[in-house]
Amino acid sequence: MELVCPAGTPAALRAAVDSGAHSVYCGFADATNARNFPGLNFSRAELAEGVGYAHAQGAKVLVAINTFPTAGDEGLWHCAVADAACAGADAVILADLGLLAHAAEHHPDLRRHLSVQAAAANPDAINFYAEAFGVRRVVLPRVLSVEEIAAINREIAVETEVFVFGGLCVMAEGRCSLSSYATGRSPNMNGVCSPPEFVDYANEGGQNVARLGGFVIHRTPNGASAPYPTLCKGCFTSADKTGHVFEDAVSLDASTLVPRLAKAGVTALKIEGRQRSRAYVGQIVRAFRAVTDALEAGREPPALALARLSEGQSATTGAYAKTWR
Amino acid sequence: MLAARGDVSIPRILILPMRVLPLWPVSLGLSALARRILQAHPEILSRIDKYQSKGFALDITDLPFALHLDPARAAVRAWPRGAAPPADARISGTLAGFLAMLHGVEDGDTLFFSGALQIEGDMSAVLALRNALDDAELDLGAEVQRALPMLAPPLRAAIARFERLTGLPLRRPDLSEVY
Repeated sequence: MELVCPAGTPAALRAAVDSGAHSVYCGFADATNARNFPGLNFSRAELAEGVGYAHAQGAKVLVAINTFPTAGDEGLWHCAVADAACAGADAVILADLGLLAHAAEHHPDLRRHLSVQAAAANPDAINFYAEAFGVRRVVLPRVLSVEEIAAINREIAVETEVFVFGGLCVMAEGRCSLSSYATGRSPNMNGVCSPPEFVDYANEGGQNVARLGGFVIHRTPNGASAPYPTLCKGCFTSADKTGHVFEDAVSLDASTLVPRLAKAGVTALKIEGRQRSRAYVGQIVRAFRAVTDALEAGREPPALALARLSEGQSATTGAYAKTWR
Repeated sequence: MLAARGDVSIPRILILPMRVLPLWPVSLGLSALARRILQAHPEILSRIDKYQSKGFALDITDLPFALHLDPARAAVRAWPRGAAPPADARISGTLAGFLAMLHGVEDGDTLFFSGALQIEGDMSAVLALRNALDDAELDLGAEVQRALPMLAPPLRAAIARFERLTGLPLRRPDLSEVY
């Protein structure tokens, strides 16, 4: 199986490749990709250099251009696709219908993957993207069970890629309005779930208090495990009950499910975390490469101990091992 | 074993002199090192971008003094704890944690998740600084040796010995051995 690994910086790209990534995904330092954080991402020159480094070691580079262009301002996104092609990228990861149409028309030889931001979670949607825009691979949303993924794969002709580690989005991806409610900005249009300029941490009464857009979203005792400052992982009080309304502060770890995902027809395993450091990338990629190598060799995959690296320091297999009520 | 989890403390025998000695040599030495690093790695300031003019309080909790980083001026100043000037952003953690992050041994988000690292203030500036330093793949031990080439061989040996004795990651290790 192909291991698709995150890189927020050229150093992280090298760490991913050196640690055994089959493919690395990254994005430009602007609003065209869904990890648009300060200090992160690639210039055009850095991407070209990164592609050269990856190709020299037999790895591919996929460029995420997976936010939704603003009407009347498509030039930035069109330019990003052209520059990815020019840099020698092996594929672009797109979500927007218009951008997919543009890429199919103007860059027909550039392989197109459908971003998870498109939230294509059934055969009809996937087959539409494949037929209309020549999409070759679909990144599936993190809301499907392994059995549902197997059923989808039986009805489509394109490759599927699934997340196996990292941040766990349980929303209809690309449609989430939580950040917009609190900050007026959204991951779909601006590229970040919680824009850092709206995040505030304060030490209040022995507690680390996190606010997003002025709203308190959780309080943790100093020194205790803390989640990312996203509304979906917030801890709220309602009717005298306090808890995580949307999702617990946990990360996805589907390492134990990799053999079942392979049998379900999945082509590629994706690791989330372009906002993380090269230390994270190196450790996770090395661990998952041991899993895919074992699978390839017909051995039992090794058990991984990666919870420490996870948000909330705990992990879940998410929707893969359960069905929705 | 390096302080891969940032949970190694500075030996108490080293803390005592730090409490009584003047802080200006620390400021001079760290500022010289910062200038050298920024000259050798101009991409750091490119990545920090518009946050260069921000002031960062580096609250190294196991040191008896606090540091104030001013990227635009390549200045690092040590202040008595409690007397440091206001900063746009504050990052608090152990020296081992800071060094492990700088050398690519430890992930900043992991330290944050575990409660070993606290951040306050301008989050955009914190992220820009963190990402810029992570991309630079710094090696403080090598930078110190390059700054003092005549003393490089004994410095190399001293840094390695100090690293073994304290567990503090003072150099960028071969990461394939760490992971």
